[in-house]
Amino acid sequence: MPTSDGEYEHYEALVVGCGPGGAAAAARLADHGIETLVLERGTAAGSKNVSGGLIYAEDSAPYTIDDLFPNFREAAAERPVTEYEIHNIAGNKVKTFDLTDLHEHDTDWCDAVLRRHMDSWLEGRVHELTSETGGGVLTDVRVNGLLRENGEIVGVTCDELDPITADLIVAADGVNSELARDAGLMDWEEPDEWFQGVKAVVEMDPDVINDRFDLEPDEGVAHLFSGDLFEDVRGGGFLYTNEDTLSIGTVFHLDSLVAEQAEPHQLLDALLTHPLLSQWLGDDYRELEYGAKLVPDSKKVAHREPYRDRLVLVGDAAGQMQAQGPIIKGMNHAVTAGALAADAYMLTRGNADPESPGRRYTTMLEQSGTMGKLRPRRYELSSTVGEHGLVTRVSEGVLNSPVGSVAVGNPIAKRLLAKAYNSPFLVGMLPDTETGYTTLPTIIGEQHGRTVHWENEVEPPSLEERIGDLTYDTDVGNPHIRLQDNSYEASGAAVYACPVSAEDFGGGCYRSETVKTNGSEETLVSLDTQPCVECGTCAIVADTEWEHPRGGKGVEFRQG
Amino acid sequence: MRSIVLTKGVPDFSEGAVSFDDEGHLERGKTPTVMNPNDHFALEAALQTRVRHGGHVSGMSMGPPSYSSVLEEAMDYIYSDDSYLLSDRALAASDTWATAITLSAAIEKYQEEVADVDVLFAGFKTADGETGHTGPQTAWCLEWPIVTHVVALDIDPEARQLRAKRLVEGDVDEIETVEAPLPCVVIPDPEFSPTYRKASHRLEHKRLRAATQERAADHEAYLTTWDHEDMRLDPEYIGLDGSPTIVSSVDPIPKAPSERDATMVDPTDDAQMTPVLEELQPFAAGD
Repeated sequence: MPTSDGEYEHYEALVVGCGPGGAAAAARLADHGIETLVLERGTAAGSKNVSGGLIYAEDSAPYTIDDLFPNFREAAAERPVTEYEIHNIAGNKVKTFDLTDLHEHDTDWCDAVLRRHMDSWLEGRVHELTSETGGGVLTDVRVNGLLRENGEIVGVTCDELDPITADLIVAADGVNSELARDAGLMDWEEPDEWFQGVKAVVEMDPDVINDRFDLEPDEGVAHLFSGDLFEDVRGGGFLYTNEDTLSIGTVFHLDSLVAEQAEPHQLLDALLTHPLLSQWLGDDYRELEYGAKLVPDSKKVAHREPYRDRLVLVGDAAGQMQAQGPIIKGMNHAVTAGALAADAYMLTRGNADPESPGRRYTTMLEQSGTMGKLRPRRYELSSTVGEHGLVTRVSEGVLNSPVGSVAVGNPIAKRLLAKAYNSPFLVGMLPDTETGYTTLPTIIGEQHGRTVHWENEVEPPSLEERIGDLTYDTDVGNPHIRLQDNSYEASGAAVYACPVSAEDFGGGCYRSETVKTNGSEETLVSLDTQPCVECGTCAIVADTEWEHPRGGKGVEFRQG
Repeated sequence: MRSIVLTKGVPDFSEGAVSFDDEGHLERGKTPTVMNPNDHFALEAALQTRVRHGGHVSGMSMGPPSYSSVLEEAMDYIYSDDSYLLSDRALAASDTWATAITLSAAIEKYQEEVADVDVLFAGFKTADGETGHTGPQTAWCLEWPIVTHVVALDIDPEARQLRAKRLVEGDVDEIETVEAPLPCVVIPDPEFSPTYRKASHRLEHKRLRAATQERAADHEAYLTTWDHEDMRLDPEYIGLDGSPTIVSSVDPIPKAPSERDATMVDPTDDAQMTPVLEELQPFAAGD
């Protein structure tokens, strides 16, 4: 039983969030015999989570998820990725490169996952492990802030429980971490530090998957898509095979979505209805779930010293999401970070300085090479030049000129391009501009691609139908987001950038309406949080006061 | 802390389950038995006590052997540790008085042979009799204090004292806080809701849940049945012979007459829609 610390309940370690980062931290803490309480705001772990869907086990990582949770792959994962391709698209022309070499670089294994199933399984294991050391996992509990004494963080406050103190607090509460913001370690200011992903989980019989993708039952494939499919919005698409579903989605730079006034669900539909996908989707498209998630760009936001007092951040909460070109790795880094945070605590246990675990954790992130992957030095050197507007304009100009296109398009370039794509070194240098995402793939598609003539018969559901298919437990009368400024200038971007809102759609979160007052006319934004998928986009692009719903309330993902 | 929860099977009066004959009398044989709905609040209060203070909870019911299903439901619902069924032909047709005599005898036997009881929980009233007498009468027989219409409960096991918030006159307008020594009879109100604000309580709740599901699946092994001889009860004081209540007549509940008439309107027919819109217009636009 926990000891009582004066007026508050006390646990030695407290982990907020039971995704892979929180689960890894809790499992490792329990391994060390430390009394650990895990608080999860979803009604089950995974019910608040969406991810594209690949989890990696890197050869070079100090911890992988199956180190910490034996039998993980058999019990919690979908298909392994045995084939990895990127498709450069220009209109109906497509040039495909095999990226399996790049994918296999430093990869022990890589499996597709669905988060509800995966995280719920982890929750069960974590509860077993932490119960043995006097703690356990509680769901339906939302931690809403930090408890301070004399200005120092000593615990957390919750909606459902009285305040709890702890010697170590692990914030593994995801991309919209309220604890990281309360501690002043992360902010919600700049759209160019974030990506937004949307995803459809599509039902498909396992035999049909094997047949259409030419797979054995224990094989799986990852397809990536780039080029002019999404006009000028910087980003790309993906398709992963699960046991009996497909995960199909798109990921875009949030600043680009805002600049282009793009509707995320329409970009997803552009991928779903492209002729290239008809061979896989057939004429029996059935979407099980539409979801969305904000993704931190670790190159810009991975915190170099993710701690304050006895609070440490792991995973998305610390911006530990590596997205560089076609490489997207998040969950594996969260697992490493969670386990390292636990080890750092164990190594400094009993030290009077509350910041000693945080300092040790920071050192371990550096020494294990994790921080180097999240913030590659090559990127930092090249991006200062590469992302400069003038350089982009010049290189765009050269590539779009006949000479530039021919250079990329000549037969030797074809071989070199495949090599370049498969080079972790070169991919790590790709600047995040239109050049890498749109211009280059489009030229490759045009010059080297073959034309696809297939008829795509997919009719994606409307946004209204997608929202209707989601499960919500609405906290009636207690909205978790409040609009601070309802002018279109301040908050209008949410109307199109929010994945469950759209211009001229009255059933979404954000709507714009023209109001006439005393002869003048102005466009105002209104908000209804009922359809919210809790991605956090509007916290960045609109002027809001943003919190998560109370424990167990709000959207409940069944696939994730 | 050791508590006993009294529960009873009643006809399932919910729509679709209940069956009446042509004269409006309940058809007992055709209506399934369920746990008395008000007993759920007693169960919640017992569970809260168990979670906060640990100990043991026994479910107890008087009725035909088929009532073991109600005790099984109680085990599943409040995670009770074991069940006691008072079942005997000699107990049939008991009124509330004869029932209270029987229950108090069973509780005394329990105290002699099993363990001392700290709190006896009972539902506020049954869905079939609606008297609300059995709990208070049982308390009288035991000579224990009773606190009714409880909406919140705190127990101090060391001081052997409980503190309860209760509705005065059963009305939410007035709430008083009372204290009572243990052992005590507690009748939770339908307004009772348990609170678990400590992580350790929620972890205990979760631990009990897992243990209970295993137990409830093998309910027979945890069920003890006592007849009137086990309880050393004189047949003259129990069952029909021990019941002073005389039911003079039973009136069927009249069906509620429909208060509003509905008129079907075709929304595509302008002539039919115009008067509707005219009637609604004053309420539109907030006027």
